[in-house]
Amino acid sequence: MALLEIRDLHVHYGAVHALQGISLEVAAGQIVTLIGANGAGKSTTLRAISGLVRPTRGTLVFDGRPLAGCPPHEIVRRGVAHAPEGRGIFANFTVAENLEIGAFARADRVGAARDRERALELFPRLRERLRQNAGTLSGGEQQMLAIARALVARPRLLLLDEPSLGLAPQVVQTIFGIIRDINAAGTTILLVEQNAHLALQTASYAYVLEVGRPALHGPAAELAASPQVRQAYLGLA
Amino acid sequence: MDTQSIDPLMKLVQTLLDGFAVGGMYALIALGYTMVYGILKFINFAHSDVFTLGAWVSWGLAARALRLEGAADAGGTPVWAVPVVLLGAMLLCGTVGFLIERLAYKPLRAAPRLNVLITAIGVSLLLQNVGQLRVVFGPYPKSMPALLPDVTLLYVAGVRVPVVDVLVIGLPLVLMLGLEWLIFRTRVGLAMRAVSYNTQTAALMGVNVNRVISFTFVLGSALAAAAGFLYALKYVGLKQPADTTWVMLGLKAFVAAVVGGIGNVRGAMLGGFAIGLLEFLGVAYLEPLYRDVYVFAVLILVLLLRPAGILGRAAVEKV
Ligand SMILES: Nc1ncnc2c1ncn2[C@@H]1O[C@H](COP(=O)(O)OP(=O)(O)OP(=O)(O)O)[C@@H](O)[C@H]1O
Ligand SMILES: [Mg+2]
Repeated sequence: MALLEIRDLHVHYGAVHALQGISLEVAAGQIVTLIGANGAGKSTTLRAISGLVRPTRGTLVFDGRPLAGCPPHEIVRRGVAHAPEGRGIFANFTVAENLEIGAFARADRVGAARDRERALELFPRLRERLRQNAGTLSGGEQQMLAIARALVARPRLLLLDEPSLGLAPQVVQTIFGIIRDINAAGTTILLVEQNAHLALQTASYAYVLEVGRPALHGPAAELAASPQVRQAYLGLA
Repeated sequence: MDTQSIDPLMKLVQTLLDGFAVGGMYALIALGYTMVYGILKFINFAHSDVFTLGAWVSWGLAARALRLEGAADAGGTPVWAVPVVLLGAMLLCGTVGFLIERLAYKPLRAAPRLNVLITAIGVSLLLQNVGQLRVVFGPYPKSMPALLPDVTLLYVAGVRVPVVDVLVIGLPLVLMLGLEWLIFRTRVGLAMRAVSYNTQTAALMGVNVNRVISFTFVLGSALAAAAGFLYALKYVGLKQPADTTWVMLGLKAFVAAVVGGIGNVRGAMLGGFAIGLLEFLGVAYLEPLYRDVYVFAVLILVLLLRPAGILGRAAVEKV
């Protein structure tokens, strides 16, 4: 059974029917990616998983138990961490305080300290800036902080929303390298990306969304090779 | 007061003492306005009525405490009365603050700001009018019993400082140091700052946002109650609960919060003392009749020159 199962998910923002029946599965240990054009509903899907928006229909099952009615602060405790679109770091907090709030849901102090240490090993640049205000970090460093902050919650499922957004190609390479490392160390990842090429390289399985509806899904390598995806999402003829 | 005959230094010291005393009360009330604004982005106009409630509950508890001891006849005051009345008022107002949020504001969490504002005015009227009921505090002014002996603790430049003034100036400082520690050094404080910065991201971090909001209301209301207690102790005469004196005091504390930078805790402290001092300096050295004018003139100036307030977000944060 998959770690996360979504069936026929519908979300409305007032009159806007943003998700019109999404179904997807994320198997434990995998990196699964969700790609699609602007406004397709990728972020909304993540927001529904972490409890920030209430679905109007459909089911979300995490680790065999439904997430329905579970508020966001409980969902973190069940093992889902969400690094939101636009990073969502606390700019008026220091880097250290951002990591502290990332571990807010944890009761085990010792384990939290160990995971903080691990996150700082993955992102050494953050260690040098622990006392610095997070708002003064560069875009790449802020993205690193957003991922590190999600990691210290010790998630079983990590939701990443456009980690490449606005970053220079080299920084993107670094960050995606670390994302693979995180996955290799045992964390399941659901990755939302604008950069379909990079996403299909990184993930083992992919879902393509088209304005609120699932269009295609399959192993990432197969989608990357399919003429339809190459034309619509990879800009290749 | 015959100001001509007073030594200039004594006059200055007395003015500063008065300004600090009332400034500390403004600061305590302003903290409640600013903390709620920081988290929910709306002005809780019922907050000044919680301050009034604090003063009146202090009166009620003090009257009872003295009756218990039979001290009113004996002329003595039990030593335990001050902490018991203070904590009692803080506890009761904290509970009322909790209930106000739960019953009046929480159902409107997703509603437009204007609805919440109108509700706040409704809660304010409700508190004022319930307070006037005969079974509550009644429609007449009352006098606060003297909980502290009229002892002079020290002289500053020849100015007598009674024990009441030491408490009135000291307690806000102690409470503000405690609050500073709570907000910047504890887990709860971290959660409060996170919710104030971004509610949704705070929730993603595992912060129970509703609980933080409740806590903020309890805390702000308890601080306003402490201000009410000090007001009753220092000025003794309590106007009836719906009197405009209370509204004006609450309004000035609100001005203090805006001048300091609404949403900023340190700004509220600074603004409180600034407004209190300015008010009394104006009264002492310019024209006593314009007491309220100074306060609102400062508000206008700050809004024109530095709309975010002295320590306001726009000034200290680059986002
Ligand atoms: N808070 C909101 N209120 C109203 N409509 C919204 C809201 N958030 C998103 N939408 C709408 O829902 C749809 C899906 O938005 P979503 O943010 O999930 O898209 P996305 O796939 O993440 O896009 P992008 O690649 O631009 O981030 C869009 O049409 C958007 O306009
Ligand atoms: Mg998005």
